[in-house]
Amino acid sequence: MNPTLFSRSLLRATTTPTSLRSTTTGLRALASVATSQAAAPAKPDSKKPNIKQFQIYRWNPDTPEKKPYMQTYELDMNQTGPMVLDALIRVKNEVDPTLTFRRSCREGICGSCAMNIQGSNTLACLCRIDVSNSSPDLVPDLTQFYKQYKSIKPYLQRKTPSPDGREYRQSVEERKKLDGLYECILCACCSTSCPSYWWNSSDYLGPAVLLQSYRWLADSRDEAKGARKSALENEMSLYRCHTIMNCAKTCPKGLNPGLAIANIKKEMAFGS
Amino acid sequence: MFMFTRSSARFTALTLPKPFFIARVPLMAAQFRPITTSTSTSTQNVSPDNAYSILVAQRKQRPISPHLSIYRPQLTWCGSAANRITGSLLSVGAYSFFAAYAVAPAFGWHLDSTTIAAAFSGLPAAAKFGIKFAVALPFSYHSWNGIRHLLWDTGRALDIKDVYRTGYVVLGLTTVSTIYLATL
Repeated sequence: MNPTLFSRSLLRATTTPTSLRSTTTGLRALASVATSQAAAPAKPDSKKPNIKQFQIYRWNPDTPEKKPYMQTYELDMNQTGPMVLDALIRVKNEVDPTLTFRRSCREGICGSCAMNIQGSNTLACLCRIDVSNSSPDLVPDLTQFYKQYKSIKPYLQRKTPSPDGREYRQSVEERKKLDGLYECILCACCSTSCPSYWWNSSDYLGPAVLLQSYRWLADSRDEAKGARKSALENEMSLYRCHTIMNCAKTCPKGLNPGLAIANIKKEMAFGS
Repeated sequence: MFMFTRSSARFTALTLPKPFFIARVPLMAAQFRPITTSTSTSTQNVSPDNAYSILVAQRKQRPISPHLSIYRPQLTWCGSAANRITGSLLSVGAYSFFAAYAVAPAFGWHLDSTTIAAAFSGLPAAAKFGIKFAVALPFSYHSWNGIRHLLWDTGRALDIKDVYRTGYVVLGLTTVSTIYLATL
């Protein structure tokens, strides 16, 4: 299979209340960043340590001959913030600086920390630790994903100048059609949850990119609808979607790529 | 957060847009140095061309993350897999029967309805039920789920709530109709 295929990282935290196991995670003094980020309770020492294990799928591009493996980390939950990302940041700061992952906004806006947690794709910053018995590859290769995004020309294409020479205006109804489409943050949770995309990621565009494709097809101001549709008129780009609906199930922003794809199919069939 | 090891630093360098890497990483590393005196930060500068060739070399060796084997079973994709499997079974079954029927005279087989009905009536009751059940189950599921797909193709019932609701309806109808067909 195409080695450039990626799927979301996994991270598995087993809820083992091995409460009395001593904290092997030495609290190093440089926890300055961690303590500010992890909403640590005021008196951490007075509490019994509440140790939780996190299993993280790891691989090092510098030693490609070594197979990916699961590595277990233990953290005291009394000193860790509520979200999976808090735990990852603590592991990196205090336990193992070689742990690598993407993160930026820590509030569900940027989409960087998308990963497979406990068997399902979501954003680490929006996923509570107790819900997640979390699971692997924290830095997936998104090259193909971004290339596919670029291929759908995700920008307004228009030749006709606006009537007043200033703005391309939309009615309220026209603008409404973009709701549920423009909010996508391109975290790729949906694409990497899609079985069709697992098998055909080199040719099938995947839910995230198709949602964006529809975002431009639905835009009243865009004038390249014909070209956009004919680019999808082949058996792979669009029609590998079999309405599995893992995309909508996993979307951390509550969007519905499956519905957008169904709408594209409808427009392609009936030419509306 | 900028306590990179060599590998992670290189990785980040590759995945960030060029201007970020070149302009900001050294700057940030410098800002953070006073705080992280206990760790040695080693980053390396990579020219854009070099970075690209490292990326290409790395991508050739990148393993594929596990997907099917680790993804949490959910009604969405398990239902879809079942639809695929039942569809394949039904078509393989139908095609092989019809092909066998077509070539039957050449081999002297008797596959006409009377012969099959006679052979079937000789079976014990449990076997009769078992065979009917084995055919009725994929047939029922695939048919009901097919209707669900037709509904989806009109753009309806696609929110995740409806996907689950219709999914459970399909499972319920499948159970009822399978039992009905198997006891006929």
